[in-house]
Amino acid sequence: MDLLVVLSFEALKAVASLALISVGLAIIFGMMRVINLAHGEFLMLGGYAAIVATKAGVNIWVATLLVSPLVVGLFGVVIERTIIRFLYGRPRDTMLATWGLSLFLVGLATTVFGNTTEGISAPAGSLQIGDYRIAAYSLIIIVIAIAVFAAIWAVFRFTRYGLIARSTMQNADMAAALGVNPSRVYAVTFGVGAGLAGLAGGVMAPITGIVPTIGAAYVAKAFITVIGGGPAILAGTVSASVLFGAIDQIITYLSTPVIGEVALLAAAVVLLRFMPQGITGRFFRRAA
Amino acid sequence: MTSPDCILETRGLEKRFGGVVAIASVDFRLKQRELRCLIGPNGAGKSTFFKMLTAQLKPTTGQILFDGVDITRAQPHQVSRLGIGIKNQVPDVFNNLTVAENISVAARSRHGKARAAAKGKDVMERLGLTALTGRLVGELAHGQRQWVELAMVVALEPKLILLDEPAAGMTADETNKTAELIREVNKSAAIVVVEHDMQFIKQIAQTVTVFHQGRVLIEDTMDKVQGNELVREVYLGKSEDD
Amino acid sequence: MTANWQGNGGLVAATVLGLVLLLALPQIVDPVMMIELTSYVIMAILALSLGLIWGYGGILCFGQSAFFGIGAYAYAIAVINFGDSTIPLLLSIVVPGLFAALLGYFLFYARITDVYFGVITLTVTLILYKVMGATSGSQYVIGAAPLGGYNGIPAVPPLNLPGRPDVALSFDGLFYLSGLTLLAVYVGLRLMLKSRFGQVVVAIRENERRAELLGYDARFYKLATFAIGGAIAGLAGCLFANWGMFISPDVFGLAQSAQVIIWVIVGGTGTLLGPIVGCFAIQWIATKLGAQQLLNANLVLGTILIGFVLLVPKGVVPTVSDALRRLKFRPYVAPLVEQRRVP
Ligand SMILES: Nc1ncnc2c1ncn2[C@@H]1O[C@H](COP(=O)(O)OP(=O)(O)OP(=O)(O)O)[C@@H](O)[C@H]1O
Ligand SMILES: [Mg+2]
Repeated sequence: MDLLVVLSFEALKAVASLALISVGLAIIFGMMRVINLAHGEFLMLGGYAAIVATKAGVNIWVATLLVSPLVVGLFGVVIERTIIRFLYGRPRDTMLATWGLSLFLVGLATTVFGNTTEGISAPAGSLQIGDYRIAAYSLIIIVIAIAVFAAIWAVFRFTRYGLIARSTMQNADMAAALGVNPSRVYAVTFGVGAGLAGLAGGVMAPITGIVPTIGAAYVAKAFITVIGGGPAILAGTVSASVLFGAIDQIITYLSTPVIGEVALLAAAVVLLRFMPQGITGRFFRRAA
Repeated sequence: MTSPDCILETRGLEKRFGGVVAIASVDFRLKQRELRCLIGPNGAGKSTFFKMLTAQLKPTTGQILFDGVDITRAQPHQVSRLGIGIKNQVPDVFNNLTVAENISVAARSRHGKARAAAKGKDVMERLGLTALTGRLVGELAHGQRQWVELAMVVALEPKLILLDEPAAGMTADETNKTAELIREVNKSAAIVVVEHDMQFIKQIAQTVTVFHQGRVLIEDTMDKVQGNELVREVYLGKSEDD
Repeated sequence: MTANWQGNGGLVAATVLGLVLLLALPQIVDPVMMIELTSYVIMAILALSLGLIWGYGGILCFGQSAFFGIGAYAYAIAVINFGDSTIPLLLSIVVPGLFAALLGYFLFYARITDVYFGVITLTVTLILYKVMGATSGSQYVIGAAPLGGYNGIPAVPPLNLPGRPDVALSFDGLFYLSGLTLLAVYVGLRLMLKSRFGQVVVAIRENERRAELLGYDARFYKLATFAIGGAIAGLAGCLFANWGMFISPDVFGLAQSAQVIIWVIVGGTGTLLGPIVGCFAIQWIATKLGAQQLLNANLVLGTILIGFVLLVPKGVVPTVSDALRRLKFRPYVAPLVEQRRVP
């Protein structure tokens, strides 16, 4: 019984982490139909932002939940204004430019912080469930993921930006029809996507530690989740996180985490064979 | 199933785009080597019909039989190999290849090297494209690109040719040449022509089918169709010479 | 006919030039630089493979290093087991080719978009990196070959005369073999692109739907192009394993995948010369950067990639050849060019 609780808790945590590290990527993909190949490096920047702020004496919760998303979000807006906006309508080139950005950021972080792992300690102890102990921080990740998705849902549902965002997802010309400058929508979207990546990077930093190349460790899963989910941001990320998080967790439990990732990739490739638009392209045509 | 002199038949063919019913239960029959004109106001569903026949769109329901074969769920290249060639409404060519290369790609789909070269040369001569062989198709005028697409279709030697507005954007002279070409190609292939240009239709028409709101409104000779009250109503107030 | 003859004339000239370089370079370049140069030549084969897939097939493959790495590992594992290198060499071509075909079957037949294709291929190589990295320990052995995790496989035996494991390829020999391979792949691809198959591949890149309406199964042609490109990349991987006598998961790394893309972007897509030129130029820069410790190589490569995408999206070779053509023919062609700009 206790084992079951612990296992389902671990599965929930896997789903929540997957959703958290993917959602920033999903927002940019859903709105602009482009995969941000620098997503992993945005996570990495979020991690460094949290670490630098904590070392400067900022409270760790403020650092991970506020400083990381704000710093990376602003950085995202700057990148959109200086690089991405010149490439609208050229999805291939946009992806290539973000790949260049990814390399650039790895090089920059290596130059500034060196090639060593930095860490902050998780600001929570552990919980006892029967004979088992689980990290309390896992619970915090689950709570944060739920809060983030609730907030995104509310923004989509109740705000003007949400309306514009939803219509842009359906049809890129729609924003223009609503009298909004599409380039402003994209700038905000890129900033929000980057900010959410920063948040995820900050939140994950106490668990994983941070090195300049950590992005590569994150992104494979995030890519698979977003592509498997398809263009609907919330429905896609949640459904794909549940599916792939469960597969990952089960296979990891039966063998190793690396085989878990192989299984994820295989599952995604097979899934795309039958649903080339991802899960939501098939089942939730009109979902946000 | 199908009578042997029937090359194309659709049964209850239907296509919906979300709520829009573009084609509603069309039963269409075409005889071997028949020349049919398909007319109807904008949005009547003519192009959608053509796209289903060539597997560019999947029918929502219904059945398509070509030469006795059910092609409802075929792939576009299979339909082409069975013998249907189409000229789409907007010029659909290889813009960064030369005229000769465009036609060669088409001819080599059916023939070996030598025969394809001969066929390509013959087609280019017939369509007066010889002077343009080395030019990039993307650099040609709209009308010339239509000719290149026509040439590609003819080089395929299909049993059934679908032409979606072949005379659009052509001068009167070019239009006459197109009509001539259609009559000539019709000696060896069945043809369905979609056009808005009534002068052009009159030049070639035998039987005319009128589409309206995704249905067959009437199917008869050109004279009867022109005199028909319903057809007038459908077209009323619309300028159809554009 | 004339165009055809000229095309072959160019090809003959390129072959002769290639052979001359191949014989002359070892005489004029110092031995240390020859080691570098050999690796450039091997990487140029990899660059050509992506030049085919991306530039002619129009297939956005972000994970070309996956096939390169699979080829290298296939050779290393097989040659350690077999001793004689003939079958390992073949395996280094066949295994990645088949892997590409399998992946291509799932992806092309699902008709997924460009963006998906690029990201999935990138993910494949990222995961291969982790998988091979996780193989340290004595349980991960294939026959006599320990996989070695992130430390890789050391002491990979060199190629030998078929059936004669005692007559191994010298390092000079590797340069000549790699150079000849590069030349053969270049000439082979040029000829292939002129054939019906090549014509159809380019037509599909230009307008996939029209090609299908002409009776060509685009999925099959893309699959075949992808598999050929994968096989060529695998051959380059085999030569690379010979060059370093060593192979590690770094061949699958993000940096390696990015480099191939950068070579092709810088040199120019839609040409075969472009990827070769881009590969030599960027590798030379990377060597120079490695020699000094001031600027991080990733920083520079990232800047180059962003810069080219924004400022020279066609790449060097097409841009230069366009410019030359315009300069050379301007007085004669200008009036015609104006006329051609009909909307
Ligand atoms: N891809 C699509 N998605 C949604 N609706 C479509 C699509 N293609 C066509 N339609 C709709 O289907 C109907 C039929 O369109 P179709 O293009 O077949 O008409 P048509 O008879 O060819 O008109 P025209 O003479 O203007 O070419 C129209 O209402 C059109 O808006
Ligand atoms: Mg139409």
